[in-house]
Amino acid sequence: MTAALIPPADQDDTRRAILLARLQSLLPAGGLLSEPEEIKPYECDGLTAYRCLPWCVALPDREEQVVAALRVCHDLKIPVVVRGAGTGLSGGATPVAAGVVLSLARFMRIIEIDPLARLARVQPGVRNIAISEAAAQFGLYYAPDPSSQIACTIGGNVAENSGGVHCLKYGLTVHNILKLRVALIDGEVIEIGSHALDSPGYDLLALLIGSEGMLGVVLEATVKLTPRPTVAQVVMASFDDVTQAGNAVAAIIAAGIIPAGLEMMDKPATAAVEAFVHAGYDLSAAAILLAESDGTEQEVAEEIAAMCQVLETSGARGLRVSQSDDERLRFWAGRKAAFPAVGRLTPDYLCMDGTIPRKHIAHVLTRIEELAQKHRLRVANVFHAGDGNLHPLIMFDASRDDELDRATALGADILALSVEVGGTITGEHGVGLEKVQQMCLQFSFDELTAFQGVKAAFDPLGLLNPGKAVPQPRHCSEYRLTGSGRHT
Amino acid sequence: MTDLTEQFRERILAASSDAPLCIRGGGSKDFYGNEPRGELLETRAHTGVLAYEPTELVITMRAGTPLAEIEATLAENGQCLAFEPPRFGADSTIGGVVSAGLSGPRRVSAGAVRDFVLGAKILDGAARELNFGGQVMKNVAGYDVSRVMAGSLGTLGLFLELSLKVLPRPVAEATLRFEMAQADALDKLNQWSAQPLPLVASAWQDGMLSVRLGGARAAIAAAEKMLGGEKVGVGEVQCPAAGTASFWDGLRDQRANYFAGATPLWRLSVPSVAPVIDLPGATLIEWGGAQRWLRSTASTEELRAAAEKVGGSATLYRADTALKAASGVFAPLPAPLLDLHRRLKQTFDPHGIFNPGRMYKEL
Repeated sequence: MTAALIPPADQDDTRRAILLARLQSLLPAGGLLSEPEEIKPYECDGLTAYRCLPWCVALPDREEQVVAALRVCHDLKIPVVVRGAGTGLSGGATPVAAGVVLSLARFMRIIEIDPLARLARVQPGVRNIAISEAAAQFGLYYAPDPSSQIACTIGGNVAENSGGVHCLKYGLTVHNILKLRVALIDGEVIEIGSHALDSPGYDLLALLIGSEGMLGVVLEATVKLTPRPTVAQVVMASFDDVTQAGNAVAAIIAAGIIPAGLEMMDKPATAAVEAFVHAGYDLSAAAILLAESDGTEQEVAEEIAAMCQVLETSGARGLRVSQSDDERLRFWAGRKAAFPAVGRLTPDYLCMDGTIPRKHIAHVLTRIEELAQKHRLRVANVFHAGDGNLHPLIMFDASRDDELDRATALGADILALSVEVGGTITGEHGVGLEKVQQMCLQFSFDELTAFQGVKAAFDPLGLLNPGKAVPQPRHCSEYRLTGSGRHT
Repeated sequence: MTDLTEQFRERILAASSDAPLCIRGGGSKDFYGNEPRGELLETRAHTGVLAYEPTELVITMRAGTPLAEIEATLAENGQCLAFEPPRFGADSTIGGVVSAGLSGPRRVSAGAVRDFVLGAKILDGAARELNFGGQVMKNVAGYDVSRVMAGSLGTLGLFLELSLKVLPRPVAEATLRFEMAQADALDKLNQWSAQPLPLVASAWQDGMLSVRLGGARAAIAAAEKMLGGEKVGVGEVQCPAAGTASFWDGLRDQRANYFAGATPLWRLSVPSVAPVIDLPGATLIEWGGAQRWLRSTASTEELRAAAEKVGGSATLYRADTALKAASGVFAPLPAPLLDLHRRLKQTFDPHGIFNPGRMYKEL
């Protein structure tokens, strides 16, 4: 497929010139970037280890322009990589050489908020947090809250099926989207889902959400808004070892409690964030847990008391309950700033994203430490403990000897470990470019072939975000020969 | 505990577009969808809970496992299937529950079947065993095929195993009743739903609005005080076994009087804020206004147009074979969407052997 998309070099200049001329004629002034210094900022997303300069960046500001630009690319068989804010951590928006980056950053309008129907219709470039800010006057908010929510866009959230720290109770993006207006690669515009709770036919919303920009381009999203709970409170518990902390997570669930948020940080992560935000974390603890309750005042009081009891019984050596909203936000500030806080300690880091059955938390954290020693690197772990979604942050310095290679190898080992204990290589960041090879560990030849079939149903020429998320099944045989794949 | 995968595989390999298969679990939902056709492939002997640890909030089982057995297992641990699938009979299987994609009264607050599907192992139309999703809460590796299969009426593949998210049962529940005209009930339901109230289900029929609260005792007490109305249910929540005739179970299992009778039963799925739909026939409203049942002899065109006008769709839920054949059970899809459906069907069932026509005649 890739070979067919890249013509001999002497034809390249002509094709590029034709593409630029046609895009220029349909995009607004300043809406086409093609000079190296202009397109440089688009060479990577949040996964900065992968960079590539595209032929051009298109910045349409009206839906017709998006559709027309897609038609041009379809016509010329030129690949398209759609981009929101570029905060993705798996290289899902890494450009393709000899391709177009289609930025939807200018689609920043909240079209409608219907407080009675509890929904918002927004353009794809609207930032996640902007929806909650706009809905706040009605006592409503948009529940999924990825750490990057001040910057990331709803279009990107749809592409990645983004989560956040409140998923266990409020769900992922897939649980909070009612309807999408989507352009297919040939310029056909379809609407899937509706403002009703279900629609006839296959659940194409579930297919589009998390499809990493491979199936269609989101033109508009209708999101579900949730009533803001009256109060929220968080308990911070410190533990002397990670096994105890892991067991405490299970004990909370066993007590019939679904906390609004349930997060864990290990010692290196706590140290990193405490130096950054001064939240008052217990620096000597092997692990700390943050457990949030939200709802009515009485409900929260009951649940916090119940959680404190469970945490104490589980061996927590210290408990602190937030006494004000300021304090609650300070407790969370550290967790939410974990990535930049670790970023201050190291020139580079890789953020991994495996999900595991919760019961394996302690085993997996111990194994990660052993693997880190083997690769001579340091790892800090932050963990959406309620969901079993682990974010090991691998610290390295790309300018030193083979550290990038070792970091990548350690990351691959951690993902293999996630699959080995019955989990997955990505909980919420997507496969992108980063984990495309690890897909071979998790899926068989037949399963990958089925994914290719789904892709072809939407995009027969393979022009949308080629090379991401789903590997060619035949490329896996080679990877499996050298890797530790389950399918041999 | 029986594994019939090999037998299923043989049946699939022997099938063809001229001799397609009619996948069937307990057969309790034979009435739903277009007329079943093809040679019967029964899955109800393919049984067994394969993994269930309450603290993981996940249960994995073979598709033929009876719904009743699963609910009993969960109840022993204080957990439940929060989407409350209707129980049409003791034979109902979990494969049928997910294939039909039907959810009960709590759907409006807890989510639908598809929201709880974490993973599925299937046999596709070429008898290949495929695993999608998994046993964990968050998983974005590969396209979310297992959710797409929820509600696909067995047209994309044969479920072998399913992994579903489960939740603790609410600590307490209560029911409040209000005498109220339909338009007022719709207004109130939408206003209440926009507030942080523990509203888990609702039903309006014949001038009476019933509202079910669920959650922490304190939250319920506060909501009761705020909402008023007449309180009819008290105390601890019960997960009654199938057969207990509580009001909400009657709705969930569609054993309430409303569901009896021969007049065609339509299910209109509409935005909760849609105004009163003015068509002749008895109305029952659930899901805070988003699910409107109508027993009506109005024409298919009228019903479909009325639903479409407010941004929803009308399903011919229960009717005689002739009306179903003439109307099609599900609202027609726009051409580009139907085209995508066809191509997805082609991917998973290239020879068209699984439940042909059950959803749309083109699939």
